[in-house]
Parts: sequence; structure tokens; C-alpha cells
Amino acid sequence: MMQLAIEVGQTATPEAVMFWILGPLAVLAALGMLLVKKAVHSAILMAFVMVVLAVFYIAQDAVFLGIVQVVVYTGAVMMLFLFILMLVGVDSSDSLTETIRGLRPIAITAAVGFGGLMVSLLGRATLGRDAIGLSAANADGNVEGIGYLLFSRFVWPFEVISALLVTAALGAMVLAHQPRSSKKTTQRQQSINRFRGESIATAAGLPAPGVYARHNAVDVPALLPDGTPAPNSVNASLKARGDMLDSNTFDLKKISTQVEEEK
Amino acid sequence: MDASNYLYISALLFTIGAVGVVVRRNAIVVFMCIELMLNAANLSFVTFSRINGNLDGQVMAFFTMVVAACEVVVGLAIIVAIYRSRRSASVDDASLLKR
Repeated sequence: MMQLAIEVGQTATPEAVMFWILGPLAVLAALGMLLVKKAVHSAILMAFVMVVLAVFYIAQDAVFLGIVQVVVYTGAVMMLFLFILMLVGVDSSDSLTETIRGLRPIAITAAVGFGGLMVSLLGRATLGRDAIGLSAANADGNVEGIGYLLFSRFVWPFEVISALLVTAALGAMVLAHQPRSSKKTTQRQQSINRFRGESIATAAGLPAPGVYARHNAVDVPALLPDGTPAPNSVNASLKARGDMLDSNTFDLKKISTQVEEEK
Repeated sequence: MDASNYLYISALLFTIGAVGVVVRRNAIVVFMCIELMLNAANLSFVTFSRINGNLDGQVMAFFTMVVAACEVVVGLAIIVAIYRSRRSASVDDASLLKR
């Protein structure tokens, strides 16, 4: 019996190897989150920490939580983070310069104090017995055990948390919704703007890009009747990126008058 | 090596997350550090579940994950709303109460 308790309480050798490889890597990645400049790199290091935590969960007989960790955190939450990063873009807040004077030394001192306190507390705390392990609790399977608890003892918190999820989804929709700042123009108004605007030259719409029969890609300006290119036929964002080609490259240098008879 | 080693890792990750919340200025990175702290607490829950030999800790960790997901959704919506009005994702720029 004593032997069994020691075996269960002490992590077996493969787990120890896994722990001593992945544990320091997770701490390094978490430290890297603070030190790297770009928020995207922080997000990738965060995803790594979360995958390591999922491995830790599975190693500790929490199979269900390990899978949920991968699906929910590295799948959904980090994807949401990256999406918002893409939406917000990169700005000055990425810089690591200190804006409040003396904040960083104070923060690091407090962190060393707090971390030292926690670690020394953990080192001194004794349970008075060995760890029990989950082999008895997981006898019917981990998912079955958690499901049984969720729908018996924790059924009320479970219902409350579902209400919280619905509320959060609604709240996010309300927060992200933005009413139109200007009235939507009607078709009638658009037509009036087109004909009574500053110039009637574009009343029939802008010319379409492409030198027909030679090159009709969107990045080549159309040719006007007098042979000059029309830059306003190319999309403005292509022009801004400098992706507009020169129409003259596609001019016919020499017109071949020989016609081969088709058979 | 015994199971309490996971608790040390958890304490370290929590501390690192707390420093990140204080030190970094990008609201999204601050938010990721909060997630790191939640995850560190989850690791403690799972480890204590193993030490005590019942699944209550795992159920708690599951609830924490749901709460964290809600928090991410609402928090990121707030960040987007702030970015729309102030054109910045820096936590230093949202300082209306200071002036």
C-alpha cells in the first residue's frame, strides 16, 4: 500500500523527462511574451505556452481538459486574438519604452517578491500525506467522471455559466456594433451626384482597365481614343501600392500585314 | 520529482503574467497576459485535482475556461471599440479620467 502511494504520488520517469523539457520551455516562452516587441510574436509564444499546458493536463490524467485546452484556447481564443491584432494593426503601443518613470523596476521587484513568496510557500507547505492520483476517480473514464459531476453536483453553476456565455455573446455584439454616421445615399441621390457633380466626364462611369486584345489585366491602364493611357481606369489601391504597369509596354510596335490563311 | 512541481510552474507563469499586465502597453498583449494568469490558475486546479484524487478541480478548471472565453469575447470587443474612437490600442492613451 505504501509502495503504491509513493508510485502514484511521484511522477513516473517519462513524465519527469517530459516535465523537465517542456516546463522550462513554457517559462521561457512566457518570459519571451513580455520581451518581444511585436504583439504577433507574443501571440505565437502564448499559443506555445497553451499547447504545453495542454500536454501537462493530459499527463496529469485530465484528458478532457487537455483536449478542450487545445480546441478552445489554441484554436478559438488565439485565433480571435490574431484576428483582432490584424484588425487593429501595428501601432506605437508595441514599443517597449517605459512611459511611467520607475514603473519597470517596481514591477520587477514586486514580481520577484510575489514569485519568491509563492515558491517558498509551496516549498514549505506539506499535505501530510502523499498525492492520491486520479486512477480511482477516472475508473469510469475521465469524460464520464466530469460529465457526472457537471450534471449532478455542479448543475447550477453549469446553468449559470451558460447564461454568462449568452450574455457575453450579446454584449460583444452590442459593443462592436456601430450606427451609421452618415445617411445611406439613395439611388436617386447617387444619380444626381453623378450628373450635377464637378465634372460630367465620369457620368457614364470610369473606363475599365486593360488594353483590349493585347493585355486586359486590372493593373494595366486603359488606352483613351488618342492612344494615351488613362490612369483613372486602375483601382486606386493598386496605384498606391505601385503595382500599376505601363500601357506602352503592350503597344503594337509593328503591325504585321501578312495574313496566313487558315485551313 | 512529484506532482507539486506543476504548482511551481503555475506560480511562475502567474507571476510572469502579472508582470506583463503591469509592464506592457499594448492592450492586446496585456489581455494575453491576463489569459496566461488564468491558465496558470487552471494548471493549479488540475494539479490539486490529482493530488486530492477527485475531479472537482477539473470541473473548476473547465468553468474557468468558459469564463475566460467570455472574457476574451467581451474584452476584445472593448478593445475594438476603444480603437475605433481613439485610433490606438495603447492602454496609456485611454486616460480620460486623468485629465
